[in-house]
Amino acid sequence: MIGSFLRVAWHVMRKDLTVEVRSREVLFTTLFFAVSVVLVFSFAIVREGRAPDDVAAGILWVAISFAGTLAMGRTFERERYNDTLRALILAPADRPAIYMGKLLGLLLLMLLVEAVLLPLVALLFSAPILAFPVHLTLLLTAGTFGFCAVGTLFAAMLVRVRSRDTLLPVLLYPITIPVMIAGVRGTAALFQAAPDEPMARFWIGLLVFWDAVFVTLALWTFEPVMTE
Amino acid sequence: MRTLTTPFIVLSAGMLFVSPWIINAAPYESTMGLVQKVFYFHFPAAIMFLLAALICGVNSFRFLFFRKQSADGWALAAAELGLLFGALTLVTGPLWARKAWGVWWVWDPRLTSSLLLWMIFGAYVLLRQYGGPGSERLSAGMALFGMLNVPFIYYSVNVWRTLHPQTSVVPTLPTDMGIPLWFCFAAFSMLFTALLTLRATLEHQRVRVEALYLLEDEV
Amino acid sequence: MHRLVVKDVARHYGRRKALSQITFSCDAGDIVGLLGPNGAGKSTLLNILATLLTPSRGSVQYGDQQAVDGAVVRGLIGMLGHDLFLYPELTARENLTFFAHLYGLPNAARVVDAALARAGLTERGDDLVSGFSRGMRQRVALERALLHDPRLILLDEPFTGLDQTSTAALVDRLKERQRAGCLIVMATHDLDVADGLLTRAIYLKNGRMVASDTDPSGLADRYRQAIT
Repeated sequence: MIGSFLRVAWHVMRKDLTVEVRSREVLFTTLFFAVSVVLVFSFAIVREGRAPDDVAAGILWVAISFAGTLAMGRTFERERYNDTLRALILAPADRPAIYMGKLLGLLLLMLLVEAVLLPLVALLFSAPILAFPVHLTLLLTAGTFGFCAVGTLFAAMLVRVRSRDTLLPVLLYPITIPVMIAGVRGTAALFQAAPDEPMARFWIGLLVFWDAVFVTLALWTFEPVMTE
Repeated sequence: MRTLTTPFIVLSAGMLFVSPWIINAAPYESTMGLVQKVFYFHFPAAIMFLLAALICGVNSFRFLFFRKQSADGWALAAAELGLLFGALTLVTGPLWARKAWGVWWVWDPRLTSSLLLWMIFGAYVLLRQYGGPGSERLSAGMALFGMLNVPFIYYSVNVWRTLHPQTSVVPTLPTDMGIPLWFCFAAFSMLFTALLTLRATLEHQRVRVEALYLLEDEV
Repeated sequence: MHRLVVKDVARHYGRRKALSQITFSCDAGDIVGLLGPNGAGKSTLLNILATLLTPSRGSVQYGDQQAVDGAVVRGLIGMLGHDLFLYPELTARENLTFFAHLYGLPNAARVVDAALARAGLTERGDDLVSGFSRGMRQRVALERALLHDPRLILLDEPFTGLDQTSTAALVDRLKERQRAGCLIVMATHDLDVADGLLTRAIYLKNGRMVASDTDPSGLADRYRQAIT
């Protein structure tokens, strides 16, 4: 049972990554979009050549959230194109496994984007990203995972809805606020002049808990919500 | 419950009409004086708002997992009332804040969480409106996420807020404002219950009319 | 699965009746045609038979099993949709392999090789599907639908855009499946091809079943009689 779940999730993820590697469309566009967001916010906030403290963390997470929303929309748009989402739903496979596969594929894509975003933010705002690499990685992974977990479900739900492009952020952002708060505060704690490591650990813990609760809920609701 | 809606509405309308006099007669609160009296409307509205969230969440769960069609009507009614009572809360809150602390908005945990919850209700109603056919299930799924999130939102905003220097503190529930508080509370509760039942019934009837319409020219 | 029973199936979208009062049954070895003008409800009925849509009323019985969304029922069904359900960024082999893994077939590589051989595309197996003609894509899509040896085969307008050779090949494959004891239901506009292939015809107009018969000849005339 678990075996087939993992197998299906693995193959769906592999398929998504193969398709992405071939076209690289979503990766590049998402990456450039994220960089643009960072720049726009920098211009909006930086005054007299200096950024207010703490703003690096905020800008980073805003970029992740905007870019992530776009990426999710695109990956499901692809499934809609040849109606392959129907083929996936039709398969005798465990449907939550399909959700899991798509989630993992999206997560990997976002982590790749963040790998580029992080040095950029560090450069622009002199943020000490190498001070606590493990904590930072955990924070980013847990936060992105939570964001993508809810986003994958919502993007799948909205695939056949007409105003899906605007409805996705409308639905997603209020619900992922705890992720944003935890991500930004945790990252800010690590970027401070005197890094607050226990604070960062607290936020990581909260994120992991949030992720566990909401991924479980998503696995439960994927099937009832996807049947028409 | 349906037979009680008319008496409830009449009663609550009457009570709300006389409430200014009752509130006026209540003792002044020590630190904030007259302004604090907004509390008599703000607090019941806030409670109804949270109640709406609970009802929406529970009924979305029943609709999605137990396939009870009537639960969807209750969830939709609760979401709309959540928007209404939430708006009341979010308007009376800043009015109070403005007079008491000089600013319209404070990033206080309760107000911020309320705003977020209100936006979740807004998203629910938007999805129902523009999601096309089949949006009942989608919004039910979304409602589950929204309602389950409420404790998380409150907790994380709370911690987030305490990291910043406090300029004001929202008072905890005073225990000796007895009569006017329970009076307003009763009025709001009756109003809420009546409106919820009416709206849910309306939705149930709409579904039935549609089903009958579809059966109309069957052989 | 030896018998398919459709009882009083209806499907509504708000106030629009896509299907109403559809009742028929068929047995293994039947090739059932769903005929009718555009918008008659053929695709909707096929989607219901594929368990992709739940009927607003009525029931479908597959052999001894009710259509509860079960992986078991889905394992019996193979569908060739109008949009073919193929990933253009993957090769034919990769498409088939992905679905083989999704269906949990042991020995995926051998199954895929056999499928490519039946489709006559062994030499083109490692080319991207985006470079294939409609006929070739159709062949891959058909083999994908038949990978897990389904007992119920659903086809939505399978002859659209096919040339003579491809059409003949498809007919042969369907007849071969019929001999193997499968039940085939297809929606089609192509009366010339359907004539002589169908064992049963169901005529749909505005979501209703206006006629049905089991006389496999003179289809064009009977269609005209039933529909106009």
